[in-house]
Amino acid sequence: MSLEFLIAALVTIVSVTTPILLAATGELVVEKSGVLNLGIEGMMLIGAIAAFAVSYETGNPWLGVIASAVAGALASMIFAVLVLFLGSNQVATGLALTIFGTGLSSLIGDSYIGMAGDSFDSIFPTALAEDPIGKLFFGYSPLVYIAFIAVLAVYYFLNRTRAGLVLRAVGENDVSARSIGYSVIGVRCAAIAFGGAMAGVSGSYFTLVSNSLWQPGMTAGRGWIALALVVFSGWRTGRLLAGAYFFGLFMTLELYAKASGFSFLPSQFWASMPYLMAIIVLAIMSARESGGAEAPACLGKTYIPDA
Amino acid sequence: MAILTRRNFVKSAAAASALPLLGRAAFADEPLKVGYIYLGPVGDFGWTWAHEKGRKAMVEHFKGKVVADYVENVNEDASATPVIKDLAAQGHKLIFTTSFGYMDQTLEVAKDFPDAKFEHCTGYKHGANVGTYNNRFHEGRAALGTIAGMMSKTGVIGYLGSFKVPEVVLGVNSFTLAAQAINPKIVVKLVMIDSWFDPAKESAAAETLANLGCDVITTHTDSPAALQVCEKKKIYGFGQGADMSKFAPHAHLTAIEDIWGPYYISRAQAMLDGKWESDDAWWGIKEGAVTLSPYNKALPANVAAASDKIVSGYKDGSYDVFTGPIADQSGAEKVKKGDRMSLKDLATIDWYVKGVQS
Repeated sequence: MSLEFLIAALVTIVSVTTPILLAATGELVVEKSGVLNLGIEGMMLIGAIAAFAVSYETGNPWLGVIASAVAGALASMIFAVLVLFLGSNQVATGLALTIFGTGLSSLIGDSYIGMAGDSFDSIFPTALAEDPIGKLFFGYSPLVYIAFIAVLAVYYFLNRTRAGLVLRAVGENDVSARSIGYSVIGVRCAAIAFGGAMAGVSGSYFTLVSNSLWQPGMTAGRGWIALALVVFSGWRTGRLLAGAYFFGLFMTLELYAKASGFSFLPSQFWASMPYLMAIIVLAIMSARESGGAEAPACLGKTYIPDA
Repeated sequence: MAILTRRNFVKSAAAASALPLLGRAAFADEPLKVGYIYLGPVGDFGWTWAHEKGRKAMVEHFKGKVVADYVENVNEDASATPVIKDLAAQGHKLIFTTSFGYMDQTLEVAKDFPDAKFEHCTGYKHGANVGTYNNRFHEGRAALGTIAGMMSKTGVIGYLGSFKVPEVVLGVNSFTLAAQAINPKIVVKLVMIDSWFDPAKESAAAETLANLGCDVITTHTDSPAALQVCEKKKIYGFGQGADMSKFAPHAHLTAIEDIWGPYYISRAQAMLDGKWESDDAWWGIKEGAVTLSPYNKALPANVAAASDKIVSGYKDGSYDVFTGPIADQSGAEKVKKGDRMSLKDLATIDWYVKGVQS
């Protein structure tokens, strides 16, 4: 196995992982504030079509990415209004957002089917990505670096800032947080908007980076993987990053195993590998620590301010 | 959930028993209602899109005498049953279920609606009111294999598949045999992605195949995703189900196009004439159901000629890629020298030919 080959495989892992990591990072913040948003897949699709449409019309992929963030955040605001102000059930509302997002993106995207856009490739000079090692560091779309920066920023925010502490307090005990004067709804609204924006940007990866085309439903369930990843990570940023790459590694391994002719295992086994590993890791983790204790205490609970 | 299922069931059962009573005479002037079950979105620009084109061609052909509805994004599992049932209960008399995974569900629903006719695409199980239809896609794959065999310098070709179903196995075998006829040392690396539509995974798989030395990749999934990777990696690829050259102007050598319109028109006509019978239709290049899109301008003339020869061979019946000797992956002889495989054997094939690496 040559170095070049190994690096090519690593590049595939990074491109498989990035969209999941982006969406999961957003959802982590949402869940830390005590809200469970199952609408990731829908917001991703809305972000995906927004990115493609704007990038296609303007010829500027950066505008496309910004549009995807705005569109994702706007979509998440529908969820926020229903859940925070009208006290609707978070699970049902989140699922509705996924269905809505799938439909809306298909509708908007109808006229963009069959069009080829420009891809959002590395911003570094191509000379840097010529040799294999250079490619490993400089060969990616800006979205890959944005994902890493976002993870670091979220880690810093949640663990090192006062605002992060407030957000976690809201997620752990909304009534107490309110009694000492914090706006539970305001904090959660901001968290949901951030989650929506990240899901939107994650969607843009599908229409600008891994491909440069639009097809309805093209995220093909990645939003659910991102959701599972947050649970898998035990609501910790570091583990979220590791977990995302763990998933990406196994998804890529699956493809390499098949292409290299390891037919002693059925292909379905390889396809189920990431999920199987996730279950095993979760089982080990919950056996070691008191199971599920890391989940924000108010996660998924409807909060109705009494005044 | 239980309530919903029961309600659906009652609704369907009531409709089923009421339909024969309504009689044909009462609705003689009513247009024939045709229903379609689609696997992907109509905008997949591949498999489902081609069926949708066929549906539109049929509706246009009959100018109001036939109306047609479709349901898209129907999963190939038990959840397809109530969807097919609903179409039948709504009075659709001719229902096309357009993917292999709807086979048992179609037969199940057909039992409850003896009055309606069902046509299952790419399957092999029949009933009194269930027919099957398919295209001999593999004929087109033989042309692609010929082109790939001539264009590949590394002798390693990638094949991006969905599931191990007869249609895909036939495609892989046909492609490989044709490529080996050009260069006996050709190896075809097969990757099944366990989905018909997952653009991101198709891209990752194409990238993997390219990294493993493939310089031509053919896709048997439903989106142009892999072609865009071919374009970036400066290798060759083919479109599936539609001319996808727009997505990969350099990489796209040609594409297999499925033309379903003529078949749909013939079956709707049979319904209108009251002459519908369960059939096992396999149309191919000869019937105009499988065609190749225009070749890439960069394709050398001798390669285009070799591909044309396969096409014309299928038109006049002088060529069949499944002519022995054919050995399976282990090297055991499956088809004797000079024998041609029967349609029945082709329809249920589950082994790969020698040279396929899976």
